Amino acid sequence: MSAQHFRFVASDRRVREDRRFVAGKGNFVADVVLPGTLHVALVTCPHAAARIKSIDKRAALKMPGVRYVIDGAELAAGTDVLMAGLDTPNVPRRPLAFEVARYSGEWVAAVAAETRAQAEDAAEAVEVGYEPLPFVLDAEKAMEKNAPLVHEKHGSNVLLDRAFVWGTVEEDFAASPRKLSLRVKWARSSTVPIETFGVVARWDPGGDILDVWASIQMPRYAEQIASALKIPSSSVRVHYDVDVGGSYGVKRGIKHSVLVGYLARRLGAPVRLIEDRLENMRGGDAHGPERLFDVEVAFDNDGTVRSMKMQALENLGAYAGRSPFQLGKPVGSIVGPYKIKSVQYRAIAVVTNKTTQDAVRGFGQGPTNLALERAMDEIANTLGLDPLEVRRRNLIRAHEFPYLIPSGTTYDSGDYETVIGKVLADTDYNALIKERDRLRAEGKLAGIGIAACLEPSGGNATFEALLNPKITTSTFMDSCRINVDGNGTVTATMHTTSSGQGHETLVGTVIGEVLGIHPDAIRVTRPDSLNSLPSGTPVGSRMAIMLGGAAFHAAQKLMDKLTAIGAHDLGIPRERAVYEKGDVYDRHKPADRRSWAELVGIAHRNIHRMPASMEPGLATSHIYSVPTGGALPAADGRVQMYPCFSFEFHLLLLTIDPDLGTPRILRYRVGHDCGTQINPKIVRGMTMGGIAHGIGAALYEEFAYNDEGQLIAQSFMDYLLPSSHEVPAIKLIEHETPSPHTVFGQKGSGESGYLGAPAAVANAVNDALRPLGISINTLPLKATKLGDLIAAARAKSATTA
Amino acid sequence: MRIELTVNGAKHVLDIEARTTLLDCLRDHLGLKGAHAGCEHGVCGACTVLCDGAAVRSCLMFAPQAEGSTITTIEGVTPAPGELSPVQDAFCETHGMQCGYCTPAMILTAHALLAGNPDPTRDEIVEAISGNICRCTGYAQIVEAISLAAERMRGTNTPGGPRP
Repeated sequence: MSAQHFRFVASDRRVREDRRFVAGKGNFVADVVLPGTLHVALVTCPHAAARIKSIDKRAALKMPGVRYVIDGAELAAGTDVLMAGLDTPNVPRRPLAFEVARYSGEWVAAVAAETRAQAEDAAEAVEVGYEPLPFVLDAEKAMEKNAPLVHEKHGSNVLLDRAFVWGTVEEDFAASPRKLSLRVKWARSSTVPIETFGVVARWDPGGDILDVWASIQMPRYAEQIASALKIPSSSVRVHYDVDVGGSYGVKRGIKHSVLVGYLARRLGAPVRLIEDRLENMRGGDAHGPERLFDVEVAFDNDGTVRSMKMQALENLGAYAGRSPFQLGKPVGSIVGPYKIKSVQYRAIAVVTNKTTQDAVRGFGQGPTNLALERAMDEIANTLGLDPLEVRRRNLIRAHEFPYLIPSGTTYDSGDYETVIGKVLADTDYNALIKERDRLRAEGKLAGIGIAACLEPSGGNATFEALLNPKITTSTFMDSCRINVDGNGTVTATMHTTSSGQGHETLVGTVIGEVLGIHPDAIRVTRPDSLNSLPSGTPVGSRMAIMLGGAAFHAAQKLMDKLTAIGAHDLGIPRERAVYEKGDVYDRHKPADRRSWAELVGIAHRNIHRMPASMEPGLATSHIYSVPTGGALPAADGRVQMYPCFSFEFHLLLLTIDPDLGTPRILRYRVGHDCGTQINPKIVRGMTMGGIAHGIGAALYEEFAYNDEGQLIAQSFMDYLLPSSHEVPAIKLIEHETPSPHTVFGQKGSGESGYLGAPAAVANAVNDALRPLGISINTLPLKATKLGDLIAAARAKSATTA
Repeated sequence: MRIELTVNGAKHVLDIEARTTLLDCLRDHLGLKGAHAGCEHGVCGACTVLCDGAAVRSCLMFAPQAEGSTITTIEGVTPAPGELSPVQDAFCETHGMQCGYCTPAMILTAHALLAGNPDPTRDEIVEAISGNICRCTGYAQIVEAISLAAERMRGTNTPGGPRP
């Protein structure tokens, strides 16, 4: 299908989910209220590390409404450890701390009571005896020889240390006239959705079924609950019709769900745990990457980059689920949009006494892009060249696609120069430089920020095998099922939750496009996990590609079946029958046709008119696997990581108040190319929201700890989310380079904006500071930090002057 | 304790604990699930309802404090089942949301703004919604929705103007 033939795809249609949300009729997990529900509140460890000596539940158990108090020993005896990504059996993770608590805020015990208020009151009455232990917070210190061990049995704090060399790195470094190195730090932040994580579970002892409603976005959720509870997965029924109030990766409350599932079985009552904000930020295990990069680049005098060495050191926090894999995904676009021909990459992950991480939007790509884009700016700075010009000299050209990068991934398509050209056609770059220089002449600190980044999309899971050779997962599917009922109406199912991505709109639009019927006439539902086909869930910017692909092929199968029925009933060969908007007609005599209603009638009621051996009814399904997927990494780590690569180019002008250090973004333009846009409203929202989120990561957001290991940003008073004041008016300039791998040429956009904005903002801040002779490569670039730096630089220049 | 609340035009007599927040009261006692808990410390604004027409945080107010006031929730601005207010419809037109969690509060804040200012500038819209955090959209399509709603609402009072 070429773009000009689309009827519904790529048209500016409304998003069907919106109607229930504007009416306040979303079905969020806290809205699921079952009679007799017990509420959970948590007892948490106040120390950065401590041995649990005693837990006295007696006072709590006597309090009004309290039904049960559970500790880590009981839960450890009754459940298996939670799934880990790496092969680290001596780093067990459990919902409640067992024997040792490893970060401040870790759950030690839980109270179940008739109301949440009663549970909270009783949680305060649980007396826990602790013996504080030595602790370590910093990733580099955690690697030192005599560092306190977070998990003693593991023998070290290092969970992962893998080095890869792709190409002739040392030779390229030796042959390059110029080199530079820099250190870049991505601060511990996260996506922090406005809805906290929540889960409700009910055990039916007669049917042996655990019903689960949860604010979840996670692959293999039901399977993981079942494994930990030691029950068959067919005894866990996850209800996918729960609306998730934002996730962007982190809504993965497996420990909450295992705890609540255990209690529901133990107590014979529905149990729910809805985090409050403190629980969410401290013990919800939803922090994002905290990554220290050491980058070395080798380049020519004209700015052509020949080779790169990148070391990424990740501070995982106290336990690890899938979070270390966030060091693996960026391998698939390690050189960004540039022709860097050799790369050395070392990925190190260590445990510390901080809150556990989970997946965050981009799965490690945002931090990697920051490091690479800061390096590009520093190359320009060193050579006295324009940073835009240096990027242009290194860009992969449109005619060079498909393009194989050193780490083994082939980029599908792109036209980076055209996207940048479109942005510059909208905003005169030289005029922007003049404006910056005019602001500087007025005594202001002003800077221009540029970032050119890729968004890998399609969500393959080969980073698992890359970092843990015991894992042999090579694909990551998604699915769609379509049924046409006896009245001729179409119902499609999708098999996961959504957290704002508009998947029902996606499915309706795709099926409508293929079948030539109006998307609004297609019902889209989300059954529970026992009535679903496989889904990899909305991770890795994959659903437009994967769910879109599944819906497309399921609809094609339905169209093929209708065509075959029509051909048979018309008495013509299959090749002569044409399907058009629900009707099937004879190519040679278009008046000879069967309408949609007639075809439905044949399939449902006149089975004697069906082709022999064809199943009656009109139901089809398709399970779609990742395009270009299916291979495991080579021995040297080379792998086709993701199938599709979207591109974004950020350009902004920013000022910094020289006295207060407050950054203010004056202009923001972004060029964006994610191939064919199935729904432009959704793509626009993703990109704008991603930029806002990226501005937060760059300037405001940090889960900061004090020296005692206490999280000191544990409310929205301390952890600053950008409000409408902090997000400037942004102009989005779209371009569409279709992907050859997908059904409509679509690529992913769920992580767009977020993957480039932090780098662009950091580059703008550094450009603004450059006249003072200072630079800063540690996020977040908070006003207080900038103010101090500027004051120190001025004091220094005053003394030397 | 026994309190009398006027919510969406109806009077309710309730027997509640004195420490019950207005948010919990609306959700747990009156079944009005459109008000959402986000931070429960008055920053995110997801719990916003209208109290005598003003946008207030229902997590920072005890239910007994609302006695004698008129409370409007998202359920109260919907004209009839299946129908939408001009503001709600404008949010659908621009896709001024993603996950929908902050949306009812954002719409109520917009209603409060437009009731007093039928023709707000971009800066006035930005200021009005600055107490409502949206993590999904980056606010662009929300600002557009409110601007579009204002335009349409002005138009409805003009002969020949656009219909909402």
